[in-house]
Amino acid sequence: MSDDIWILGITMTKFGKHPDKDTVDLAAEAAMGALRDGGVTMKEMGILAAGCLMQSNAGIGQQLQKQIGQTGIPVYNVANACATGATALRTAIMAVKSGEVDMGLAVGVEKLAGAGLLGGGGTPKSDKKEWSPSGRYGAVTNTDGRIGAASMPAVFAQVGMEYGHKYGGTSFELFAKIAEKNHAHSTLNPLAAYTKRMTLEEIMNDVMIAYPNTRSMCSANCDGAAAAVVVSDAKLKTLSLEQQRRAIKVKASVLTSDPYEEGCQVLPNVNTLTKNAARIAYEKAGVGPEDLDLVELHDCFATAELVHYDNLGLCEEGGAADFFLSGATWRDGRTPVNVSGGLESKGHPIAATGIANIWEVCHHLRGEAGDRQIEGAKVGLAHVIGLGSACGVHILEKSGL
Amino acid sequence: MGEGFASVLRMANQIPLVEYLELGDQPHLKAHECTSCGARYFDRRNACAGCSGTEFTQVVVPDEGVVKAFSIVTFAAPGVPVPFVSAIVDCGGTSVRGNVINCEPSPEVVHLGMRVRLATYVLGTDDNGVEAIGFGYEPAN
Ligand SMILES: [Zn+2]
Repeated sequence: MSDDIWILGITMTKFGKHPDKDTVDLAAEAAMGALRDGGVTMKEMGILAAGCLMQSNAGIGQQLQKQIGQTGIPVYNVANACATGATALRTAIMAVKSGEVDMGLAVGVEKLAGAGLLGGGGTPKSDKKEWSPSGRYGAVTNTDGRIGAASMPAVFAQVGMEYGHKYGGTSFELFAKIAEKNHAHSTLNPLAAYTKRMTLEEIMNDVMIAYPNTRSMCSANCDGAAAAVVVSDAKLKTLSLEQQRRAIKVKASVLTSDPYEEGCQVLPNVNTLTKNAARIAYEKAGVGPEDLDLVELHDCFATAELVHYDNLGLCEEGGAADFFLSGATWRDGRTPVNVSGGLESKGHPIAATGIANIWEVCHHLRGEAGDRQIEGAKVGLAHVIGLGSACGVHILEKSGL
Repeated sequence: MGEGFASVLRMANQIPLVEYLELGDQPHLKAHECTSCGARYFDRRNACAGCSGTEFTQVVVPDEGVVKAFSIVTFAAPGVPVPFVSAIVDCGGTSVRGNVINCEPSPEVVHLGMRVRLATYVLGTDDNGVEAIGFGYEPAN
């Protein structure tokens, strides 16, 4: 017996438009799917952790219980920007790890189809007839668009451009090629919101949102849910051989926030907290980037994917552009990245994302990924980042059985 | 303090878009600098995010700098006029967020490493005839 934690069951719904389902329907579909996948029931769960960022005061966990099983267990409703799903999973993992329970369920769900641009704007004050300073900056009117941009596409565009300024090698075309890869990968994923291969030309000529990110270089708003059942090592050993064989070991589960650095309150620094999370995760897991058979990382925008190659240590410092151009991150490359299609084509139903990317990795480690299977995958990493900021990194390993 | 500052400016018929923009003959940006660790902030502070210190002095931020990141924003929230160039400018080691102004918002004109300097402009006038003054960074050459 050890203090290892395992993922016993995990699932994601189809990402896309689900006009006939509400968040509870989607969460229930994912949760019941994960329980079925793990061969267990609600009665065996000792804790439920759930997130739905856009309805984060609605108690999605209890709403879900009222549909699939009010067993009286503690519910933790969590909200942590785009890392909400990873935070829910980590909450369940911590509860099992503490020894308080031997099984837990984590669920992330979001309905975002048609939501449009996220971030930015704010209450316009321009109709005021007298300028009056308010807020922490003493602003007399809305500053979005007047003192830089607050929208997500522009913030992450600047994140990629800052990397280019520091290390060189970036261009509009380079960033567009990252989206080309992810859209190509998505054609093999039946659960992705968009599965159309796009040419580099189509991507670069698509509607410009925030240079250098065109529409097809931005994550797709959509509906979806994902859920996972986690189990202690001791409990797993009492289950069937088939359950043990399909269980995926959580080699590391790490959550970080951004430490103070110059400029981090001017342009969010998404790098250091990711580097910190990766370093801690590799240490805990006893593996290095070279051991990873696949990586699902948070490509909320094409410009973001590039910097995370470096942040996760997949390439040498400053070498992300060359690393990508070598073909390393395509599905037949040295370190396949976002073989699911990534957020740019699979979609990004915020709170579901941090569990769905773990599902993708588990799917390959179990050898169940069908047409898009990365052959012989044994170890994988899943990364998410929520602006504000929160970063989740999980390293997962195939069962030795 | 903020109120008194604002009323002085109203008498002068101008008010800055944000309090960290100091108007006058030589408009400039000012920052709260932590006396313990030197971290600089543009907002009202409770304490320092770097060292949790609570003492700050006011410092002047250099007017000239280098564009270290930018995005040409063509799609924004309702009410935000587009296109505009959002940039992060390295002003002698202090990062500042602002628009690149007084030049064409295109990747042919705006580039990484571009030298820029602070510039101000009138962004509107209220019913009392008070002008709100905004700032941005224009090409330095
Ligand atoms: Zn300090």
